[in-house]
Amino acid sequence: MIQVSNMTKCYAGRTAVDDISFTVAPGEIVGLLGPNGAGKSTTMRVLSGFMPATSGTVRVAGLDVFHDSDAVRRRIGYMPENNPLYPEMRVREYLKYRARLKGLGWTNSRARVTTVMEQCGLTDVGRRVIGQLSKGYKQRVGLADALVHEPELIILDEPTIGLDPHQIRSVRQLIKGLAGRHTVLISTHILPEAEMMCNRMLIMFDGRVLASDTPENLQRRMAGGSQVIAEIAAPENLLRAAWEQWPDVARFDVVPGEGDFFRCALTPSDGRDLRPAIFNLARERGWVLRELTRSRHSLEDIYLQVTKPDQEEAE
Amino acid sequence: MNIFWTLLRRELSAFFLSLTGYVIIAAVTLLTGLSFVVLVQNLGSDPSPMPVTEMFYQTYFFWLIVLLAAPVITMRLFALEKAAGTFETLMTTQVGDAQVVAAKFTASLVFYLITWLPLLACLFIVRHFTNQSGLDAGTVGGMFLGIFLTGGLFLSLGCFASSLTRSQMSAATISFVLGVSLFALGFLAEALPAAPQWSSQVIAYFGLFKQMHDFARGVVDTRTVIFYVSATFLFLFLTLRVVESRRWK
Repeated sequence: MIQVSNMTKCYAGRTAVDDISFTVAPGEIVGLLGPNGAGKSTTMRVLSGFMPATSGTVRVAGLDVFHDSDAVRRRIGYMPENNPLYPEMRVREYLKYRARLKGLGWTNSRARVTTVMEQCGLTDVGRRVIGQLSKGYKQRVGLADALVHEPELIILDEPTIGLDPHQIRSVRQLIKGLAGRHTVLISTHILPEAEMMCNRMLIMFDGRVLASDTPENLQRRMAGGSQVIAEIAAPENLLRAAWEQWPDVARFDVVPGEGDFFRCALTPSDGRDLRPAIFNLARERGWVLRELTRSRHSLEDIYLQVTKPDQEEAE
Repeated sequence: MNIFWTLLRRELSAFFLSLTGYVIIAAVTLLTGLSFVVLVQNLGSDPSPMPVTEMFYQTYFFWLIVLLAAPVITMRLFALEKAAGTFETLMTTQVGDAQVVAAKFTASLVFYLITWLPLLACLFIVRHFTNQSGLDAGTVGGMFLGIFLTGGLFLSLGCFASSLTRSQMSAATISFVLGVSLFALGFLAEALPAAPQWSSQVIAYFGLFKQMHDFARGVVDTRTVIFYVSATFLFLFLTLRVVESRRWK
């Protein structure tokens, strides 16, 4: 569905996207993951035909985004960052206006607007002014707009940003519901979100694509080096001695917690999962163990992890 | 063409869905009313051979309206869309750049003409109470043609200014400065004596006062019409280039 090869985009004096290549197959939900300024929005703007790449080719459904811009735009539903809308218009009026701009006829646009309003749960607010809607509803209006002309490819730039947990859930469900019928490209900087929604993740950092894999595979790659937190009630000196003598523990930190408990943060030396061994240790010595978790990877850890091989190669 | 009408409808309705639109109408009506008061006083004080439209034009409120209304009407057009990000959603649909520029300009021109409608009422009042022969269809038509043409030029300046920036205030300032410069050229054209050199002949084309004066008397000079129309298209073309510039910038 999407073929990007060697795409570079420079703004005046700054390279936002540096020679990236990736493909997205039809029907996939792909998450574009990266911190702010990684080049996600720029990539999406080029894909949507808003502006051309400085070099490289970008194809959507086999058509060049720049040369067949019209045909490509017909196939794409794009929701930019921050979901810009006209606050003074009414929901139904806005969606109909957008449908008309996307080349739908009079009767067809009416039917499609009704359909997407049902699909996005907007039927009850059709006559409300957009500016007075809650953020969650606005986001749904943006989604409905992206869907209104039945595009093959839907590009959503940070669709859940700034929403409360309930709204995030409903937007996520909506997006998951698009799987199969549409190809979806979503950008986000929240890792669990991408895990939940996407078949595949592309990790962007500093204008480059660093990794492209399923969420499970990425997690597996990340499993090594993850920290384990254990809260144990035991004398501090015994705890420290136990960790020091254990060869699998590369680094540790012990801080006093509530009451008799100490909070120990342990980093394994060879990527092994320390949890069963800690449990056994506690049982053997009769220590009370009340928490044992492997800390989740923050996105930052993933970047560090993914960028590491590159740096080593460079050395 | 369908898309053009859709865009035009939306642009035009935007004027009436915001407070700004009504404020502009109110302000222009106030200024027209003031000039009407001055006009009635003049008519009452001493007899004049001039047509009423010409006397109206001579109150100079006319230029105040053109200079102030055009930047305020047009400042929103591109600057607000760019600032709000809706420019991106707009340009990623099936619309062409030229369609967007044409629709925005046309909407501002239609709105501008609507703000002038109270003048028509003023002229009718004068006609009703004076059975003046100086107020015929020709002079009123000439007057409105003049309003239409000068409006088009100043609004296209405003479109251009609005396309340059994301801030409505800067857009209004730029178009006001451009408008005042054009206005000042009119003074220059008035002050310079007619001479055969090309430079003074070129400047003579910018004699906005004399040209508007002619329109208000019902005299339509095709050279003037062509000047206004081509200058308007020049600035619309420049606007289009600025809108397209995101493709090669």
